[in-house]
Amino acid sequence: MADEIKMLKVTIDNITIEVPQGTTILQAARQIGGEVAPPAMCYYTKLKGSGGKCRTCLVEVSKGSEADPRPMPKLVASCRTGVMDGMEVKNITSGKVTDARNGVVEFLLLNHPLDCPVCDQAGECHLQDLSYSHGKEGTRYEFKRRTFEKHDLGPYIQLHMTRCILCYRCVFVADQVTGKRVHGVLSRGDHAEIATHIEKSLDNDFIGNVIDVCPVGALTDKTFRFKNRVWFTKPVDAHRDCPNCKGKVTLWQRGDEVLRVTGRKDQWGEVEDWICNTCRFEKKHVNDWVIEGPTKIDRHSVISQGHYTGLDKPKETFSAVHGGRAPKLLMDIHSVSEVNRPGIALSEIQGPATSDTFNIDKQA
Amino acid sequence: MTQFSDTRLAEVRQIIDRYPEGKQKSALIPVLHMAQEDFSGWLSPETMDYVASLLQLEPIEVYEVATFYSMFNTQPVGSHVFEVCHTGPCMLRGSDDIISYIKGKLGIGVGETTADGLFTLKTVECLGACGYAPMMQLGKHYREHLTPEKVDAIIEECRQSVA
Amino acid sequence: MGRKLLLEKAHIPGIRSYEVYRREGGYASVEKALRMAPADVVEEVKKSGLRGRGGAGFPTGMKWSFLAKPEGVPRYLVCNADESEPGTFKDRYLMEFIPHLLIEGLIAASWALGSNRTYIYIRGEYAWIVDILEQAIVEANANGWLGKNILGTGFDCQIYVQRGAGAYICGEETALIESLEGKRGNPRIKPPFPAVKGLWDCPTVVNNVETLAAVVPILNIGGEEYAKIGVGRSTGTKLISACGNINKPGVYEIDMNISVEEFIYSDEYCGGIAHGKRLKACIPGGSSVPILPANLLLKTAKGETRMMHYEGLADGGFATGSMMGSGGFIVLDEDQCIVRHTLTLARFYRHESCGQCSPCREGTGWMEKILNKIEYGKGQLSDIDLLWDIQRKIEGNTICPLGDAAAWPVAAAIRHFRDEFEWHVNNPELSQQRNFGLAHYAEALTTV
Ligand SMILES: Cc1cc2nc3c(=O)[nH]c(=O)nc-3n(C[C@H](O)[C@H](O)[C@H](O)COP(=O)(O)O)c2cc1C
Ligand code: SF4
Ligand code: SF4
Ligand code: FES
Ligand code: FES
Repeated sequence: MADEIKMLKVTIDNITIEVPQGTTILQAARQIGGEVAPPAMCYYTKLKGSGGKCRTCLVEVSKGSEADPRPMPKLVASCRTGVMDGMEVKNITSGKVTDARNGVVEFLLLNHPLDCPVCDQAGECHLQDLSYSHGKEGTRYEFKRRTFEKHDLGPYIQLHMTRCILCYRCVFVADQVTGKRVHGVLSRGDHAEIATHIEKSLDNDFIGNVIDVCPVGALTDKTFRFKNRVWFTKPVDAHRDCPNCKGKVTLWQRGDEVLRVTGRKDQWGEVEDWICNTCRFEKKHVNDWVIEGPTKIDRHSVISQGHYTGLDKPKETFSAVHGGRAPKLLMDIHSVSEVNRPGIALSEIQGPATSDTFNIDKQA
Repeated sequence: MTQFSDTRLAEVRQIIDRYPEGKQKSALIPVLHMAQEDFSGWLSPETMDYVASLLQLEPIEVYEVATFYSMFNTQPVGSHVFEVCHTGPCMLRGSDDIISYIKGKLGIGVGETTADGLFTLKTVECLGACGYAPMMQLGKHYREHLTPEKVDAIIEECRQSVA
Repeated sequence: MGRKLLLEKAHIPGIRSYEVYRREGGYASVEKALRMAPADVVEEVKKSGLRGRGGAGFPTGMKWSFLAKPEGVPRYLVCNADESEPGTFKDRYLMEFIPHLLIEGLIAASWALGSNRTYIYIRGEYAWIVDILEQAIVEANANGWLGKNILGTGFDCQIYVQRGAGAYICGEETALIESLEGKRGNPRIKPPFPAVKGLWDCPTVVNNVETLAAVVPILNIGGEEYAKIGVGRSTGTKLISACGNINKPGVYEIDMNISVEEFIYSDEYCGGIAHGKRLKACIPGGSSVPILPANLLLKTAKGETRMMHYEGLADGGFATGSMMGSGGFIVLDEDQCIVRHTLTLARFYRHESCGQCSPCREGTGWMEKILNKIEYGKGQLSDIDLLWDIQRKIEGNTICPLGDAAAWPVAAAIRHFRDEFEWHVNNPELSQQRNFGLAHYAEALTTV
């Protein structure tokens, strides 16, 4: 009967699995896990219609299906392409994919301020992760970067549009989670921006979730900003009895202080449950929460350098995959932590900050 | 007050009738055209909010659309907007010279409006008149095969129509 | 003299009005179609071999037969009159001079596809053409060709004109549908294709103005007869809008069996290069298709005469050929600068990118900036390679073909005119004043 879900066979990077009909290549690859899962900057499982835009998840379909074995002529967005029975996909085993993905990363970083040293998201930024694995040393872009004024979207959220990669996730959240949307994408092409057009505040009860879905530091928690670098905080799972949401969160603590509250994220960086503004912005005391234990963090490269449990260490195939090239950091994250040295006035740094900005010895 | 006349409102209803039940959002672009015509040639936030209420949309839906399409002005413009095409085919037939000529004649740069508020000069991309280049759009119509003499005449014509 | 099927009557005085159009045999195809089963009309179009005139050249009959027909769900036909590809102004000509031809084709096609509400999405700048079309629709209604129970068949159909508001991307069929739904013109991610899920999520066919107008002669003379015109898979007649440095810019209907040389030099068509100059290069199918230097334009790489049809223009692939595209024929004379021309096109695509996907949003702007540098004498040789690399990384990696359309003109300009780019780099002080010259690109030409 129709109830019976058809299982389809798909081979990704030479690993074959079976998935139910309707599964996308990305989801199938995530089931395999590790590096076989393409990076996804715009797709978000919980958000209907998301994906297809950033193009980081492009893969090569070398065999369409058992019925029609022809390869697909172009690379496809794995997040929006359904698996067919007998399909064969190449992700890290395809030179074409690596080449295209390096291109996409370069495009995404083109107008990005590279201000990780002063960005709240540093350490848990998907773009930072991506530039780790695919970025080139330095940029070939020599023109003035696009800039926008940063501004507040109400009392809790700050928008730093310059960092936005236009993944549209926050737009989908406003549409699908809050039911009323006051911000959106304005203008078009390389002028497109996330904005409200006229000064408006985002104050729906669930609007705080835009912060969790933002893959970069474009939407940040004003109640957390500049309090600390992510990797100096300790995440713990906690819950409370909340009338609005499930109240299951991650607390980011330093000592006994709750510096920040976020949704709980799975290994792909996606939240398990949306949380309400009260939980996120107003419950900043340990006493507000029942602590469950340390959060497992296993994907974010930078955070993973800390000592959290459940680390999923990358397998050593990276340089092989990348033509012998060792993963390169766009900047040396270690020197970034120099940010916390009192000698540097962050606000006085002109233009994009680089690791040299913080290397006082070099400057002298 | 931003408010369409009764005849205009009837027109809006007619436009909505072109679409199936519940699809009045489709009327947005036609209605924005009407609003721009009726309310001084540009779409102020107030105008857009009015259109939003008329079509039962969230204001942001209107802002998103208005800022996407190049024909909608979200800033005030002069009474006559010269929209001169400068894409390849027009460039091959001297659009660069025509643009310089207009700049000199009106004493403004591209994107600027004359001090008297009469003229705005814009450059636009291909308007589908490549065979009749150089050309510009002025209001509803195209002015084609432009020469400095024709430009002079057009400027004069605009001045007359305001006087 | 080639055969004319679309513009044959366009010059008859008063043909814009219903009376004259009808007197000249107009609406006969609707009478014929409505006596046929819809599927038979589709079959007739299949037989004609008609290929979409909007740019991609997809067989129209086949496209129509893909339309999903779920029970109880409306289907829509949408006419793509967005016409914004630089160099293209043929649809405008057709709608301006013989609007009833389009209306007639739309009614026949609506019958074939079962569309009761049919929309013409026209670019916003063609404001006065909206009036012309609406007038024609009023006349067609008044004479019983539209409305309820057309010709007593029980078929209801209405045609509406929807104006865009300035966005090339809305010519892409799914962006067009979004725009028609009152949204930003962001192309959709496919699949699903419009044939399954289009306007308001219903099955939808989007066709170009010229494609739909061609349905009229196809039904009048029969699909088989239509297929006899032209060569091979390039059947029927094609409108070419010719512009640039020629003596007679304008819209010409060709049967696809003449040479490019004849088209440029004969008095029936472009009438040769303006001011007695020599031909340097040509973009034969709208700004998106590869530019060809004169020698490769008139002859294929194999030395054969290049013909004005889909296969002829594409002969040699992208290495030495180009494409029919939308039929926008842009001619450059010996005085024109390839770098400057390419810069205007790069600027166009940057301006028109919807901004949804990163390679196109970021890459188009980057290419424009580099071209700008080279054109104004500030470039380096490495910039040319960088340009090549950027276009390569855009092509094929975007949501919609606008990315490709932005990449191809840059690629072809570098492929065929690299020395001109280098000349700009090496002669910065001259880069604005003088054209690199013709010698490398064309032999002396004889006119037909
Ligand atoms: C960026 C872009 C712009 C396009 N512009 C137009 C256009 O202005 N007119 C048109 O008919 N087709 C245009 N097309 C092609 C349409 O997507 C579609 O293929 C066409 O309308 C189908 O009609 P046809 O099969 O009759 O050619 C464009 C495609 C792209 C990717
Ligand atoms: S602000 Fe963040 S979530 Fe929103 S579109 Fe930009 S990058 Fe995506
Ligand atoms: S290729 Fe360009 S125009 Fe097409 S969807 Fe992507 S950004 Fe938009
Ligand atoms: S995650 Fe697939 S395109 Fe962005
Ligand atoms: S290039 Fe100017 S109208 Fe086409």
